Amino acid sequence: MIRVQAMPFDPGGELNTFTASVAGAGAVMSFTGLVRDVSGGLSEMEIEHYPGMTEKALGAIRADAMGRWDLADAMIIHRFGALAANEVIMMVATASRHRKDAFEAADFLMDYLKSRAPFWKKEVTKDGADWVAAKDSDEDALTRW
Amino acid sequence: MQVMYFAWVRERIGLPMEEVETQASTVQDLVAELVAREARYEMAFADTSALRVALDQELADFDAPLDGVREVAFFPPMTGG
Repeated sequence: MIRVQAMPFDPGGELNTFTASVAGAGAVMSFTGLVRDVSGGLSEMEIEHYPGMTEKALGAIRADAMGRWDLADAMIIHRFGALAANEVIMMVATASRHRKDAFEAADFLMDYLKSRAPFWKKEVTKDGADWVAAKDSDEDALTRW
Repeated sequence: MQVMYFAWVRERIGLPMEEVETQASTVQDLVAELVAREARYEMAFADTSALRVALDQELADFDAPLDGVREVAFFPPMTGG
């Protein structure tokens, strides 16, 4: 399941629904990403995305993970729009028979959606607004896979 | 074709998308045409190594051909997650 939305969501509720849908899987792994207030004065984090390409890119990343690991299912939920500090930005969850597949696949999904899904973050503080720059380490992380 | 801009590329050029009539055969040729138009394009495309391009919503290279492409998008490296 892939979802791209402006609306907030409840990661606990999503995880319970996902877990209930993968009966027979022995392991469920989830990661939740939150807005960090790096500067200490964040008024909001604006997340822009490329409607259409975002869903395609996330679908392709998910399909890649499903092919590489023995997964019962994998889901990605990612928000866009204006978010406040500590709000949930996104989550991924993976389910597998054994924990290693679920752990590795979730790590892979995170690495790929950092650098290959068309989202851009802008930090707005009282001093102005700045686009968050991609890190070389994020791109380098892809060579692990 | 439809040309789209995201994040600071959109801000520098001052619009999210536009219809462009072009005979450009590659992405690079299209960039050269846009840069020749106005200073705001020159500013946005000053360093294409800091940019990414997608052709019909798939990531591509700047030397990729534009044959049959309907939608070109320019944006900075992505920061999802």
